[in-house]
Amino acid sequence: MFVFAFDMETEFIWEKHFNNLTTNGNQMQQSTIQIRWHGRGGQGAITAAKIVANAAFFSGYNGAVMIPTFGTERRGAPVLTSLKISKEKIYDLSPIVNPDIVVVLDYLLLEEKGTLDGLKEGGMIIVNSPKTPEEYSYGHITVATADVTSIAESVGLKRGIVNTGIIGAFSKASGLIGIDILSEKIKDEFRDIKPEENAEAARLTFAKTVVGGK
Amino acid sequence: MHVIESGNVAAATGVKLARTQVIAAYPITPQTPLTEKLSEFVSKGQMTAQYIPVESEHSALSVCIAASSTGSRTFTATSANGLLYMSEQVHWASGARLPIVMCVVNRGVGAPWTVWNDHQDSISQRDTGWIQMHACDHQQILDTVLKAFMVAEKVSIPVMVCYDGYLLSHSYMPFEIPKQEDVDRFLPSFSSDCKLDPEHPLNQNTVTLPDVRPDIHGNMSPGYMEIRHNLQQDLICSLDVVKEVEDRFKGIFNRGGSPFIESYLCEDAEYVAVCMGSLSYQLRDVVDQLRNDGQKVGVAGVRLYRPFPNQAVIDAFSGKKGLVIFEKGISYGNQGPLFTDITSALYQVEERPFAHNYILGIGGREIKTQDLLDTFRKSIQSGRKNEIKTEWIGLKL
Repeated sequence: MFVFAFDMETEFIWEKHFNNLTTNGNQMQQSTIQIRWHGRGGQGAITAAKIVANAAFFSGYNGAVMIPTFGTERRGAPVLTSLKISKEKIYDLSPIVNPDIVVVLDYLLLEEKGTLDGLKEGGMIIVNSPKTPEEYSYGHITVATADVTSIAESVGLKRGIVNTGIIGAFSKASGLIGIDILSEKIKDEFRDIKPEENAEAARLTFAKTVVGGK
Repeated sequence: MHVIESGNVAAATGVKLARTQVIAAYPITPQTPLTEKLSEFVSKGQMTAQYIPVESEHSALSVCIAASSTGSRTFTATSANGLLYMSEQVHWASGARLPIVMCVVNRGVGAPWTVWNDHQDSISQRDTGWIQMHACDHQQILDTVLKAFMVAEKVSIPVMVCYDGYLLSHSYMPFEIPKQEDVDRFLPSFSSDCKLDPEHPLNQNTVTLPDVRPDIHGNMSPGYMEIRHNLQQDLICSLDVVKEVEDRFKGIFNRGGSPFIESYLCEDAEYVAVCMGSLSYQLRDVVDQLRNDGQKVGVAGVRLYRPFPNQAVIDAFSGKKGLVIFEKGISYGNQGPLFTDITSALYQVEERPFAHNYILGIGGREIKTQDLLDTFRKSIQSGRKNEIKTEWIGLKL
């Protein structure tokens, strides 16, 4: 069982974990962390991934690219975007096939075809869900849950605004990027729409995210 | 200053830094966010340009032709069917020798309707007499817009800056925004010595007879054929200007340096993948993988498609064992246009590499890195055999 610690060492821990993954996995670019975001049209998954890309770049990941996969979007239809982060410049802009992490803004999407496709053995699911990680079972996959919908509403955001809260869950569960820089970038992005509430949604979700075993 | 933004915003930022004076554009996916950003810059007073809304692409380029004829630095942008709707004016702009810069956010052409990426739109306009440059990432989009204005104004030929729809236009990555004072140092303001001016009326581009004839001063003036010959000559000569501008840019910004072909691990390579746009960067990972397997391979991205850099192609590829040419466009009834151009340039070389032609990513079909790897490997293993016929990757018949 893999246990995440949440201190200055977290990045190191994740990288060690990640290196274990990539040496076993069929990975093209060994040093790239691949995070696929799934949401519904209108939920703001692309904005969330863009904020994380921004924070990643300013945390020292010189390669931070976010490539949305565009279909014929309608509100409510499943959408996805690929976020790749690396210390080096990233050249491959093709959609992620084998993610290290899948972030899901609506737990019902876990049942949709494609959401978990290609997720690496030993990878991670971070999901907005009222359930606990123990209620999910995906073999050698770590599941992290937070009830972002309720948390976001409790800090004064309109019901259904979950794309800033989920960033807090991402920060805690992955340990890749600190919550402070993420909060700062959230406030930048939402400077005209409840910046403090959006940042607070991420902070509170960070505190309430539960990371399960595998 | 570094930012993480979309490719369309990178393009708009370049247009703003170039102190463009007139913009006329009609929105079309995936170009739309670029024109939206420009209209935002203008409405917020961050840019002093005139933004002229129009009712079609044909009008957009017509407005640009008029504005450029009065000596203004002029910009437009489009994609796919929008580019084709302005096609008559595309020919006119180069014939009239106007230094307009246009971003073509590459998209497949209908019918059937598609909004996704391939190169058929700009490829179909390659014989219009415009210069065509391709960018591979957001930094190159911004930088190429700046260089394009300088080249266009030096040679009086319009320039298309082409970049992949969605893959680049709608993706986010870090790029540096140059300082305005450095851009001003690089790109002086535009002045034309042959412009429309009410104080000095003149006629431009009137009916030109098949043969030369004396003008009102008694001097022999060129016929249509001479004027068109000069466009061809000046396009060929613009290769030197493109290089000069690249060097000047590098001197100030310390970036770039490969205006014709951008090579990765090609020096000692026996086999080279060749393509245009962001695909050439995706292929770098494939090259790394094949190098790990001990294959001597490289990838070359063609940055300048018109004028075609024949000598640079000869210098880069003669002596190689094989070329694997990947294309997002096709000359229907023949083969990939880049394949034709490259093999034609190499015809005069004694030791010609074999060349294989693969068509892929048409209408946004996903280009899987694994497919590129398998294809490149297959081509290498096939030995020295030339293939005239094209093969399509990722086709599901």
